[in-house]
Order: sequence, then C-alpha cells, then structure tokens
Amino acid sequence: MSQGSATVRGTSASSPAGRTPSLWRRMRGPQGRNLWYAAFAAPFIIGLLVFVYIPIGWSTYLSFFEARATIRPTKFVGLDNYTYLLSDPIFRSSLVTFMIFALFIVPVTYVCSLGLALLLNGVRWGQAFFRSVFFIPTAVSYVVAAMVWRLSFFNGARFGLANSMLRQFGGENKAWLLGGDNYWYWFVVISLRLWLQVGFYMILIIAGLNRIPFETYEAAAIDGATGWKRLLYVTLPQLRTTTVAVLMLLLIGAFQAFDEFLNLFGGIGTYPNFARPPLVHLYLISLGGSQQDLGLGGAGTIIVTGLIVLFGLAQTWLVNRSERKERR
Amino acid sequence: MSMVQSKRDRGLIGLRYVVLVVLAVFFLLPFYVIVRNAFSDNSTIVAARWQWIPEKFDFSVLQRLFADEQLGILKALGNSAVVSVLQTSLTVFVALLAGYALSRLDNVVGKILTSLTLFTLMVPAAVTFLPTFVMTAQFGWIDSIRGLVIPVMFSAFATYLFRQTFLNFPRELEEAAAIDGANPWTTFWRVVVPNSMGIIGAVGTITFIGSWNAFLWPLLISRSQTPTIQIVLSQFMTSQGVKYPELFAGALVAIVPVVLVFLFLQRFLVQGVETSGIK
Repeated sequence: MSQGSATVRGTSASSPAGRTPSLWRRMRGPQGRNLWYAAFAAPFIIGLLVFVYIPIGWSTYLSFFEARATIRPTKFVGLDNYTYLLSDPIFRSSLVTFMIFALFIVPVTYVCSLGLALLLNGVRWGQAFFRSVFFIPTAVSYVVAAMVWRLSFFNGARFGLANSMLRQFGGENKAWLLGGDNYWYWFVVISLRLWLQVGFYMILIIAGLNRIPFETYEAAAIDGATGWKRLLYVTLPQLRTTTVAVLMLLLIGAFQAFDEFLNLFGGIGTYPNFARPPLVHLYLISLGGSQQDLGLGGAGTIIVTGLIVLFGLAQTWLVNRSERKERR
Repeated sequence: MSMVQSKRDRGLIGLRYVVLVVLAVFFLLPFYVIVRNAFSDNSTIVAARWQWIPEKFDFSVLQRLFADEQLGILKALGNSAVVSVLQTSLTVFVALLAGYALSRLDNVVGKILTSLTLFTLMVPAAVTFLPTFVMTAQFGWIDSIRGLVIPVMFSAFATYLFRQTFLNFPRELEEAAAIDGANPWTTFWRVVVPNSMGIIGAVGTITFIGSWNAFLWPLLISRSQTPTIQIVLSQFMTSQGVKYPELFAGALVAIVPVVLVFLFLQRFLVQGVETSGIK
C-alpha cells in the first residue's frame, strides 16, 4: 500500500501538472535514452527495409504482372505466374529435390555432429588438434569443395579417386554426376555439404554439452545409467535447446542450397533438369536465360518464402507442444 | 575386478583414438588433393591409376597462375579482400549498434524492431536474392564494390547474436557511467564494447569467412570489373579445356587467407558460441 503511494508521488513529481506523463515522454525514456537507442538501430533497420522488406513487397507486386526485363510492368496477369509455376513439372520436382535433400542432410548432419562432439568430449590428449581438424572445412567455400568433389573425388572418368578405388576392389566406373536413372549424385551432394558444415555444428553441440552440470552425470552414474542409457536419458534431454537450434539452422541452410549445386552440375550456360533445388531453379528461370522474367521470379520467391515460414512455424509449434508436455 | 575395468576403459579410449585418426584423415583428404593437384603435372592427374604421391612434381604452376592475365587471379583476390574487409567492418559496426539498441529498448518499438529482425533471420537473404537484386540494379550498383557490399551488409544473424549477448550484459556498469554524465553513445563505446570483444571477434570471423566464400551474390552483381575469387574459380572450372594444376593452385591460393584467419581466430568462435544466444 505504502509502496503504491510512493509510485504515485514519484510520477507527480516528474510531471508538475499532476497528469500522467505524455506518450512522447514515456517513449523517449529516462534522459531521452530511448531516442539514442532508436538512432543506434536506425542504420540497420533502414538497411533491412531498403534491401529486404521493400524489395519483397515490390516482388510481390511484380508477381501479379507479366514483367519481362522490366520493373514497371503494365500487363496485369493475376495469378498466372503462380499457376504457371505450380503446374511446371520442373518447379515441382525442384520442391521434391529440396524435400529429399532436407530429409537427408538435416538428420545426417545432426547425428554426425553429435557423434563427433561426444567422441571429442571423451578424450583429453589431442582434443584441440582434432577439434581444429573437424572445424577447419568450415573455412572452405562451396566453390572450392565442389571443385574437389567434381573434378577429383567423383569424376566420372577413370582417374577420379572414387572410380580408382572402385576398380581396385573389382567394381566398375560410375558416372557420379550424370543423373538419369542414376541417383549416385545424391551421395556426392550430401557428402560435400557434410564435410563443409559438420564441424560448425559440432562446435555448437560441444558448447551445449559443456553446459550440462557435472553433478547430473554423477547422479545418473549412481542410478546406474552408463553408456547408451546415459546418452538417452541424461545427455539428449539436457541438450534439447541446442538440438532445436541446430535443427532449425540446418533446415534454413538446406533451403539456401545453391552454391554447391550450381558448381557441381552447371556447365557453360547449361544446367541439367535434375538436382535443381528451388533457389537454383529460380535463378535459372528468372536471371539465367537471355531474358529476365521478374514476374515469374517474384512468384517463385513468394512461394519459397511462404514455405520457409510454414516450416518455421510448424517447427516452433512442435517444440512448444513438446515443451508443454514435458512440463506436465 | 578394478584392473579388468581399467583395461576395458583403456581399450575404449584406444578405440576412440583409432576412430578419431581415421576420421581426421578423411577430413584432411580434400586439402591433400588440392595440394597434390596443384603441384603435379596434368598427366599425373589424369593417369588411370590414382597416384597418392605424384611421380612428376611441377612447382612452376603458381608463376603461371599469376602470370595468366586473362584469368586475372590477382585482381580477383584484390576484389575479394576489399569486399570482405569492408563487409566485415560495416556489418559488425551496424549490427553492434542495432543489437545493443534492441537489447535495451524495452517498449513497443523495440518489440516491433526485434520481430522485423527475427523474420529476416528465418527468411535468409539468399532466399530473397531476386528482389534484392532488382533493387540493387535500380540503384545502378551492378558490377561495383558497393553493389557487392552494401545490400548484404545488414545481417539479422549478427544483430541477433549481439542482442542476445547484450541482454546478459550487467547494466550496473552502464548505470555507473550514466551517473558520471556519459550519454548512451559514450557509454556504449567506453563500457559495453571493450567488454564484448569475444563476441565481436566471433561475429567478425563468421562474417569474413562468409563474405570471402560468397558465391550467389557476386554471381548476380559481378561482371568484368569486380569479379571475386570464387566467381573466377567457378568460371575457370566450367570453361573449355580446363587445366587442372592451374585450377587447383587457384583453389589453394583462395583458401590460404581464410584458413589462416580461421586458425588464428577460431578460439573466438568457440568462446562466442558459448556466450551467445545459441543454446
């Protein structure tokens, strides 16, 4: 009670007329600090508006027009760009390509990163060395990795490393990247991305493992939980927030797949009809040809953005639901 | 009993090291192949039997690589260096200020600005490359350094990481500075930034590596004036009659700077991950 009256007195002191302070006064905060903070945020927010939000809005507008090589289109076509894309078998197969890619790369990367993290946490001597070895591919570009994978490891000719090894063990040469009935290109794509990013997620997981209190393990050991049981009932539940973050980052990363595909499969001005994730297909139909079709590209951007938001919301919903269940 | 136990434990540790060494060999294999291909002659590379240690070494390749005017590897390296350094410093500067502001603005404006950032985090720049490209083309920034840097320097990821870190920054320090009469700008640079060098190093390293290795954005923006090293390598790789040693020597030259930066700064990355919002 006395505390309440103290607050009232404090308020009336700051505004002599006895009214509550105006909205403006409250917004600018003590000593106008909020104005300073708004100024701090301004460059970033303006940048986001100019290079992300306004362009997305403009693209949405363009997606309802026939906009070939122009950004001031005159011919309104309604949803034609959308229906064209959604009935285009190559665009639909690019969505399937993304699904397959994400279904493999997300769990496989997570399991491998977790495995490496656990393996490293169990050794003392040489830990920093091995951590660097697994982490260092993160510094290499997709272009350089694609070069090694395409021209040396999985070259379809007989001098490729994979083909040399196959022949040594009595196998035959494989045309790794040719596609058609041959799905070996998935192995190439997955192994490349795995090599490049597994170390980064390993570091995230190691940080998560280090946050698990040592006492938790001691208590579990007293209860007789060792080995697999410890992993299942102690480590993984304690690692849950890290797992959620890593899976989300992996999914967003899979949506962005572009560099390695273009450099593994692309030729001079050509690209095969298979192995086209959505961004590659969008690039090829909107900017890759002689004529820029910005209406079609805009529609594609909206569809892919919508898909990401949908996936993101679905994942958030799933996480919240399982969290509520756990609390009960 | 305890003897048996410890023998078994020692066996397990030994097994761990065997697995680690085998994996390490696999992880280092691509680096080895780059070096092997760069310093062998062409006939060694296309020989039917894979040569782990090339029969014919050829060290003149670097000289040929840098002398090749048509390829323009030096110019591309220069462009990449300028773009990466500019993008790294500008991204860190802009994101530092914004991340701090977002962590301290606890009214409705702060909430709106944070949601704008979070949405961009979920829908990364690569996905909206086409609209951003159209905008950049409107500004007439095609084939220029600012076209390569400015549209991609507003990183929601960096801003978000800084915000999460500053949420845990002790406010008593700032309040002490405010009582001494410092305004938020001075407080920020004198008190907050010097105590946050770890996360700044981490974000800087990630941004530098990402910028040096970027492919999609330069592919859209670069023409003859401002090719970056990744673009030159990519075009070289798909060109007619590719020369393997030169190509892989180019790859070697392209990864040396970034691997060096990485080796020196990776402890920032590891620490940064531990203190930041990724939990």
